Amino acid sequence: MRDLLRRYGAGLTAGFIGLTVFWLLILVILPNLTLFESSFRPYLPVVDIGGPKDVYSLGNYMKVFGAPVDASFFGITFQLPVHIKIFFGTVYYSALVTVITFLLAYPLAYYLAKIVSPKSLPTLFLLLFVPLWVSEILRSFAWFIILAFKGPLNALLLNIGIIDQPIRFIAGYTPVIVGLVYTYVLFMVFPIYNAIQSLDTNQIEAAEDLGSPWWRTHWRVILPHAKPGIASGSVMVFMLSAGSLLVPTLLGSTSAQWFTQTIQQWMLEALDWNTGAAYAFLLLILCTVFVSLVMRVFRVRLSDIAK
Amino acid sequence: MHKKRDFLFHLYMALFLAYLLIPLMIMGGASFNDSKLPTVYPWKGWTWQWFIDLWHDGRIWYAFRNTLLVAVAVAAIAVPIGAAAAILINSLTGRIRSVLYGVMIAPILAPGAVIGISTLLFWNKLNVGSGLHLSVLGQVSYIAAFVMLLVLARLQSFDQSLEEAALDLGASHGQVMRRILLPHLYPALGAGAAIAFFQSIENFNITLFTRGNSDTLTVYVFSKVRSGITPTINALALLLILFTLGLALWYELARRRRARLEAAREAEGRRAEDAELA
Repeated sequence: MRDLLRRYGAGLTAGFIGLTVFWLLILVILPNLTLFESSFRPYLPVVDIGGPKDVYSLGNYMKVFGAPVDASFFGITFQLPVHIKIFFGTVYYSALVTVITFLLAYPLAYYLAKIVSPKSLPTLFLLLFVPLWVSEILRSFAWFIILAFKGPLNALLLNIGIIDQPIRFIAGYTPVIVGLVYTYVLFMVFPIYNAIQSLDTNQIEAAEDLGSPWWRTHWRVILPHAKPGIASGSVMVFMLSAGSLLVPTLLGSTSAQWFTQTIQQWMLEALDWNTGAAYAFLLLILCTVFVSLVMRVFRVRLSDIAK
Repeated sequence: MHKKRDFLFHLYMALFLAYLLIPLMIMGGASFNDSKLPTVYPWKGWTWQWFIDLWHDGRIWYAFRNTLLVAVAVAAIAVPIGAAAAILINSLTGRIRSVLYGVMIAPILAPGAVIGISTLLFWNKLNVGSGLHLSVLGQVSYIAAFVMLLVLARLQSFDQSLEEAALDLGASHGQVMRRILLPHLYPALGAGAAIAFFQSIENFNITLFTRGNSDTLTVYVFSKVRSGITPTINALALLLILFTLGLALWYELARRRRARLEAAREAEGRRAEDAELA
């Protein structure tokens, strides 16, 4: 701090501090506090705001326990409030998406980091980056076309005789998972690539020379080294999936709701911003819990994740 | 044994690229199909109709203009904020640094819906109505963090003794900043502005909750897709993809030219060295 003053003088230092304070206080902290505060207030007509009915309560949060529907988990059917079901569905399927993207991304990241000749890397990266630069909405729209009932995928499968009836792909959570994996798989590839790339190739060769089978080399040498990358990729993919609104709305059906869609309905359809705030806060808690869990499990710090 | 393994890996890479690129091609192809629904199958003949429709769709261009305005505003606000925050945090150490760093990084990890809703509620309390200005502020809150990370990384390679020297030689604080620090940061600031611009164009979640009645391109496309689509959206998508591809190719060619120049310069240097030795 004193260093800053000496180098840039009082005026510029005040400018740096002022800009940072504006960012963190006005754009981040105060809005989140407002969100927290509003989430405990009831949704009232304008005349009642500030009146006797405007008291803090947990009412907005209690709404998640309304409207029970049938749910089944591993074949056991039971009653579950619909918003809770959607919430845990979102968590479960986001985790599933994270696992699938990891399985897809790990071999690719290893290939890019250790096998392919460095000369063709820039071209490959360019090819990989192109879909990343195409916006999320267009990428899910592409799958919307592909998976349509009379779409190209059904036509292809019918023509080569794998199926003899077109399949209704756009049903349940499957298309949402397909879309999310496609949209976010690259967020898993690049962090893992960065991590593996920093591993000394001699270590892999030493393991092989000492007679380690390939799976053990991966399990004992490469995977542990790639841990920060895996943590970073998992956090990114899970957060983006759980927070995605585009993909579930485009590819989901009424039977496959995402928690962000519920939030959106409270906010923009019911216009009940207070309940919307409460639900948004639940989503925020979920994300915080997930990040701390990953940091605990993988023993990494926040600065390793956000790169 | 490695040969077989390498072959499998090459195959996997090719399949993966196909997986990434074929959906985009299908989407682009559908923009030429003479069918009211966007699809490539059944193929009903070649048409330019959807591009003509796109050209006459005034709302798309209006939304496009909004998108660009928002993106420019976000870049213009996020770059100074991110740079200032990076300079500030670079001069701190210990606990306060890690706490501040955590607060700065958090918006990257927060879901867009949460950022959008909290921005909307906060400014609404201050009697500022929703609209694209709130979208700008909401987007800045997390995009500034990307700029901060880029500038912070660049600051690691900054030689502070240059500033000491300048101060000793009688430079003013403003001169130190303008002539020494900023030139060193230019690449990071440029990259930060580019990232801010493209992140803002991409943004959907924050914009959806804060936009009021205004459209940006993503929001407009979204409402179109939901309310019954025509292949004009595919035509738009194809143009955007081609634009991206053009940018990527231009970047790659520029990189190759630089690499070639560098190699030539190196060879030149080696020749000069050899001549000297001889």
